[in-house]
This record gives sequence, C-alpha cells and structure tokens, in this order.
Amino acid sequence: MSQIRYTRDHEWVRLDAGVATIGITDHAQAALGDIVFVDLPEPGREVAAGEECAVVESVKAASDIFSPLAGKITESNAALADDPALVNRDPAGEGWFFRLEPADPAAFDALLDEAAYAALIAEGA
Amino acid sequence: MVPFAGWNLPVQYPAGIIAEHRQCRERAALFDVSHMGQASLHGAGGAAALERLALGDLAGLRPGRQRYSLLTNARGGVLDDLMVANLGDRLFLVVNASQADSDFAHIEAALSAGVRLERHPDRALLALQGPLAAQALARLAPDAAGLPFMGVADLRIADTPVLISRSGYTGEDGFELSVAASDAEPLAKLLLAQPEVAPAGLGARDSLRLEAGLPLYGHDLDEYTTPVEAGLTWAIGKRRRMAWDFPGADTIRDQLVNGPPRLRVGLLPDGRAPVRAGVAILDGDGNAVGLVTSGTFSPTRDVPIAMGYVRPPFAADDTKLALMLRGKPVPARVVPLPFVPHRYVR
Repeated sequence: MSQIRYTRDHEWVRLDAGVATIGITDHAQAALGDIVFVDLPEPGREVAAGEECAVVESVKAASDIFSPLAGKITESNAALADDPALVNRDPAGEGWFFRLEPADPAAFDALLDEAAYAALIAEGA
Repeated sequence: MVPFAGWNLPVQYPAGIIAEHRQCRERAALFDVSHMGQASLHGAGGAAALERLALGDLAGLRPGRQRYSLLTNARGGVLDDLMVANLGDRLFLVVNASQADSDFAHIEAALSAGVRLERHPDRALLALQGPLAAQALARLAPDAAGLPFMGVADLRIADTPVLISRSGYTGEDGFELSVAASDAEPLAKLLLAQPEVAPAGLGARDSLRLEAGLPLYGHDLDEYTTPVEAGLTWAIGKRRRMAWDFPGADTIRDQLVNGPPRLRVGLLPDGRAPVRAGVAILDGDGNAVGLVTSGTFSPTRDVPIAMGYVRPPFAADDTKLALMLRGKPVPARVVPLPFVPHRYVR
C-alpha cells in the first residue's frame, strides 16, 4: 500500500516498498504551462533534502526541482526525454521525475499530507 | 498575469503558450499590448525635433506610413526602439512600456517652440497577428485589408475610431489597433468573435518575436548596445547616413567602417534544453566570446533557439560554439536570423 506526501515546492512523493517516486503536482504543471524539457539526476547520485537536483523548462521559464528527501537516486524517468509534455498530461502518473532510496524513511512522514497540501493551494501559495 | 513596468500582463490564456503561438502562425491571434507607451507629436517641426534624438528618415516619412526607429545616446547606445507613424497632422509614437516615461521626458526636453508631445495613457493597443488576420479584420474594417505593410490609417470598426497600422512583432502579417481604453474591451470581444481569432498572451508574443529574430528592448537591446552591433543599421535611413546628425553618429559611423566590438547572432543549441538570457557563449577552446540575450523553445521548429552577442570573428554563419548551461557546455552553431521566415505583405 503506497502513501503520498507533498512539499511546499509543489512536488509529490509516493513511497512504495521503501522507494520514493517524485514528481510535480497538477497545480505545478498548470502554473508552469507547456513543458518542453526536463533535466533529471543521474542514478547513483546521493542528494540531500532540499538539494537542487532537476530542472523543468516550460516555454517561458526554467524552474529548479529540489529533492524532497535525502537519499540515493535509483532511477530517472527516461520517457520525459522524448516526451516532456507527459508532465502536463499526467503529472501524478506517467510524468514522474525520479526515484530514490530515502536515507531516513521517517523523513517521509514529516512531509505534507494531502489535506495540508490542499490547504496550501487554497491559501494561494 | 505577471507584473511588468507597473502593468499586469497576460502571459498566457487557458490554451497555453504553444497553442497560442501556433494559433498566430496558422490562423490569427489577438494580443493585448496596451502596456506599450503611445503619444502624439504635434506641430510642424515634430519630425525635425525627433530626428535630433533618433535615427531614421522621419522627416521623409509620408502621411499614412510608419517606420521603425531607434532613440540613441551620445555613445551610440540604444535608449529605446519605437514605431513612428505620420498621421498627416501629427506623428504617432509607440514605445516600450519600460522606457515610456524616460523616452517621453527625453523627447519633451528636446522640443522646440510650436512642437508638443501629447501622451496617451488613455489609449489601449491590440495586436491582431497571423495569416488570417487580414481576412478577419476586413469583415469589420474593409479598408484595413488594403493597407500596405507599415501603412497606417484612421478607420472605424462598429462606429469606434481605431488607428490601424499594418505591422506587428511576430513575423506574420497583421495589424496593431490603437483605441480609446474605454472602447478596447468591446473591440477585443468583437475581434475574438471572428472565427479565425483566438487570444494569445505575452508568452507567445515572446516566442513568436524570437523566432522572427526581432530584438526585445532590455534583453537584446540596451543603452550599451549600438545599432551596428544589433544588426539594425538598415533603420538609419539613407539621408541620415549622409548627414550623420543623430546622437552617437560618430561611434556608429566608426563601427560601420572599422567593425563593431560584437554582433547579434542567432544560435541553434544541440539537444532539447532551452538556453536563456545570461548564458555564456564559448569558442571551441572554452574562451568566453559572448553572452546569450534571449532564448526559448521554438514551437514552430520544435527545437531550442536563442540570440546573443559574440565577438565578430565568431559571428559567421555555421560557426561552432558552446553555451554554458548549468555548468555544462552545450554545443551550438551560429545561424542566420530569422529562425522562421517573415510573412509580411509586400
């Protein structure tokens, strides 16, 4: 049974059997507009929580993506190289960015739950 | 909506920048560019007064015609780029929003007796651009379709006076429509009700002008950049090239004879990552030879495109360079501008 958490930077994190999958929320993709390029981290890279590890480019601007958790990158979504618009079409599914093994699984629980993220959006953050 | 120079600008509508961009290349798009500064220069000496500040044959501009001009400083740098139209009884100016206050103060300070600048903060500006713009506008203002490129006329649409010029900032055929602000919303709704037309925001305007190789003031042009460096010497005008009587003429003339320190070029980066303003341009040995001033992803060509300034030895078409993107060199080559051919009516 997987669980989903969110960050204040409009990323979602899904934890399945000890591996976290990370992407950006529907709110984030709508705000960015047409996505034309995603620069993803190499598998094997160790990242700190809050470390800049990916870049998403729309026609109008580049936005940094910060790793929501510390850990080791295990996989990046190769499908985004050929079809970055997947992020617009299916941000919570096929448009995922990367996977990592969290250094501290408890850190996942400290992220925002769905209700807290919905409240953040409602505030206009 | 994003704030810019005291205005709230519509960057994109629900269709999104790529769909709005294609709408303009394939059909007709309506842009609200009311942030642009508009003013009238009244008095018989208006053109002569403006020629003391700007290049271009403005005194030779016939009634009903518009011309692209540049306000220059004593060093030959560009204070702003602008459109000047001759409306018969006055000159009509359209300048960049960010420069409007300083431009108008600069012009007012140079006026002689009998010439008066009237600012038009109460006028809106709409741009209808695209291959079907003329067809759509002709339904509302039949005479508009007969305007030549850079022609201007006072016309009426549904009894509203509209100053229409056949010009734009997309590389497509199209029109700019100046109206009283109070008439702008009904006019915009009427234009949007035409089957060819859909709204487009400033995001698409930027990707369209970049594909068309048109410089954006504040990015590709500024007070430290000369018309020679920017590749805009065609705007000087034959008569002004004999007289050399505009600000910075000595520097500009010297650069024409001896070459400028840098030149504006088109750049085609390898790969899919957009390369934007501020990125360093390197030669094959890794030496810095210039800077990117504008870049985006081209919806028409489906590749990233950029423009920037490089030292002249690196400005020839097909020169291999590298762009330093997030710490990694991306191979790129110099290409002629525009990236997408202009389709103005001639």
